[in-house]
Amino acid sequence: MQKTLYDKLWDQHVVHAESDEANGMVLLYIDRHLVHEVTSPQAFESLKMAGRKPWRIDSILAVADHNVPTTDRAHGISDPISRLQVDTLDQNCAALGITEFKMSDQRQGIVHVIGPEQGATLPGMTVVCGDSHTSTHGAFGCLAFGIGTSEVEHVLATQCLVTQKSKSMRIAVEGELGLGVTAKDIALAIIGEIGTAGGTGYAIEFAGSAIEALSMEGRMTLCNMAIEAGARAGMVAVDETTISYIKGRPFAPQGELWSQAVKYWRTLHSDPGAAFDRTLVINAADIKPQVTWGTSPEMVTTIDGFVPNPAEVSDAVKRQDMEKALQYMGLEPGVPIQSISIDKVFIGSCTNSRIEDLRAAAQVVDGKHVASSVKLALVVPGSGLVKHQAEREGLDKIFLAAGFEWREPGCSMCLAMNDDRLNRGERCASTSNRNFEGRQGPGGRTHLVSPAMAAAAAIAGRFVDVRTMN
Amino acid sequence: MEKFQTFTGIVAPLDRANVDTDAIIPKQFLKSIKRSGFGVNLFDEWRYLDHGEPDMDVSKRQINPDFVLNQKRYQGTQILLARDNFGCGSSREHAPWALQDYGFKVIIAPSFADIFFNNCFKIGLLPITLDHSLMDRLFNAVNEVEGYVLTVDLQTQTLTTPAGERFTFVVDTFRKHCLINGLDEIGLTLQHAGKIKQFEQKRRAEQPWLFS
Repeated sequence: MQKTLYDKLWDQHVVHAESDEANGMVLLYIDRHLVHEVTSPQAFESLKMAGRKPWRIDSILAVADHNVPTTDRAHGISDPISRLQVDTLDQNCAALGITEFKMSDQRQGIVHVIGPEQGATLPGMTVVCGDSHTSTHGAFGCLAFGIGTSEVEHVLATQCLVTQKSKSMRIAVEGELGLGVTAKDIALAIIGEIGTAGGTGYAIEFAGSAIEALSMEGRMTLCNMAIEAGARAGMVAVDETTISYIKGRPFAPQGELWSQAVKYWRTLHSDPGAAFDRTLVINAADIKPQVTWGTSPEMVTTIDGFVPNPAEVSDAVKRQDMEKALQYMGLEPGVPIQSISIDKVFIGSCTNSRIEDLRAAAQVVDGKHVASSVKLALVVPGSGLVKHQAEREGLDKIFLAAGFEWREPGCSMCLAMNDDRLNRGERCASTSNRNFEGRQGPGGRTHLVSPAMAAAAAIAGRFVDVRTMN
Repeated sequence: MEKFQTFTGIVAPLDRANVDTDAIIPKQFLKSIKRSGFGVNLFDEWRYLDHGEPDMDVSKRQINPDFVLNQKRYQGTQILLARDNFGCGSSREHAPWALQDYGFKVIIAPSFADIFFNNCFKIGLLPITLDHSLMDRLFNAVNEVEGYVLTVDLQTQTLTTPAGERFTFVVDTFRKHCLINGLDEIGLTLQHAGKIKQFEQKRRAEQPWLFS
């Protein structure tokens, strides 16, 4: 039988299938468990209280990312509650012998950046983390998804999850992307089309020539946003791009094991003619730079578009949601996106903080300066190693000369659990993944864009089409 | 986990689609390393007029009188009605913890986000999916009748209205079994420990690079 990539990954990990009566519940084996400080303390505590020990220590990699400061790291964390959470992770890892990249370690960074960067994420694996953006790792032809804290404890204790198979969806993006159009724009365009619940109940495989042409960084951005389309998992088949990215990374296999692994990895693609529950084809050339206007990633339009009018929407619930969103965002229907001015810019997050993202943004700002009306423009690299690489390339100097701040790695203003945040009413061009109410700070207004578009907005002080900037 | 028992509870309507986990429990409260105490900050941004932080004295907070859960008629509610895609966003189990800590035992919506839906079962909170027309009827009934209640019976998978009308709902057999008996899922899985070890040995032989 012809199998999809998802079928192959699933079948490889089923330890035990409950009877049919249990609606397809299986015990699924987990190869890699990534852990961060926010969703793990209660799991470690319950595990201890039940007198249990982690099943397989070497499958776990831990890092603190949500609460870490992006400045003054030498002084530690000033917020005592944040500090306690990070200290708790340190203590749990030390007590159990779990590998952890501490705040002072150059390898520290956002969990979804460092996993692939270290080669800890490999094709064919099941990867879980108490974080919905775990879907990111699916870019490597693995099955990766976010779990809750009870499941973190379950995986710690048993190396397995009790779960059900999702339906499968194939989204093919065919043709060539236009200049200045990125993986982030593909992701937002897809969400605009299928909605934030469009992928609910599905695992999405991204395919087609435009996806094959993406770098691993681009594929990670795309899979990262699968959860914003409602899909727990997004994935891309293994190809030469995947294999050459992994080669030589610290946790990647070497020598004979490398050859053996690569041979297997090359089978990780959907068979020709494999059946999907839903398929969607998108023409890459039709995708323009995207900007969200509301409080859900599906509230998105193109840079040459306008804020939509709720009065033109017939569905009452949807209309009401749009009205609430516009009120929260302080926007009027019919306003051109390019006339919306911004207060802050955030380039970072597990969606867009990798070296390619920083290069794209630096290219736009090189030799220019942030608009005087912009109060703060932040660049927060995804990891210490990304930061180091960017500095070697001189990107930090480009950003600093342009008036950006160059920070230490972490989740930062994507969700404002540390000190980086929007104040009430402030409007931000952000490369992160969620424009929910209050996400970047209470009352803050988030517009999701690509790194190049965020950089362009920083220079202009409003949204502009990066394709028309000189 | 506590056993899920049949109960009759006051229903509260949250008439919004795409209620996300940041709205259910804003991130500043995720810094807690405990599993309880999130109920006072459930829907914090909507429920209070002032900005909430973890160490605040709740009795001194400014209540938003317009928010549905602050209305007198919904005090003591145990059943929440919502619209499509409830619980979208992050995987934070703090969202179901907050709903449960507030007093909710059941959330009824036309659709839920996957991770949230799954997390609810792990802590004994029951998410029920009903079709849109039925949801509209329930929203109307709750708005019209003060003190509107529903009886939730998981064993028979039914909701019963005060007038005696019954609606059935669907739930996975395994999840229902765990909820009704208050089972520890980890304990259940560890009954298969031998099988897991066997699987692991085979995997180690076939894909040794995963274990180095």
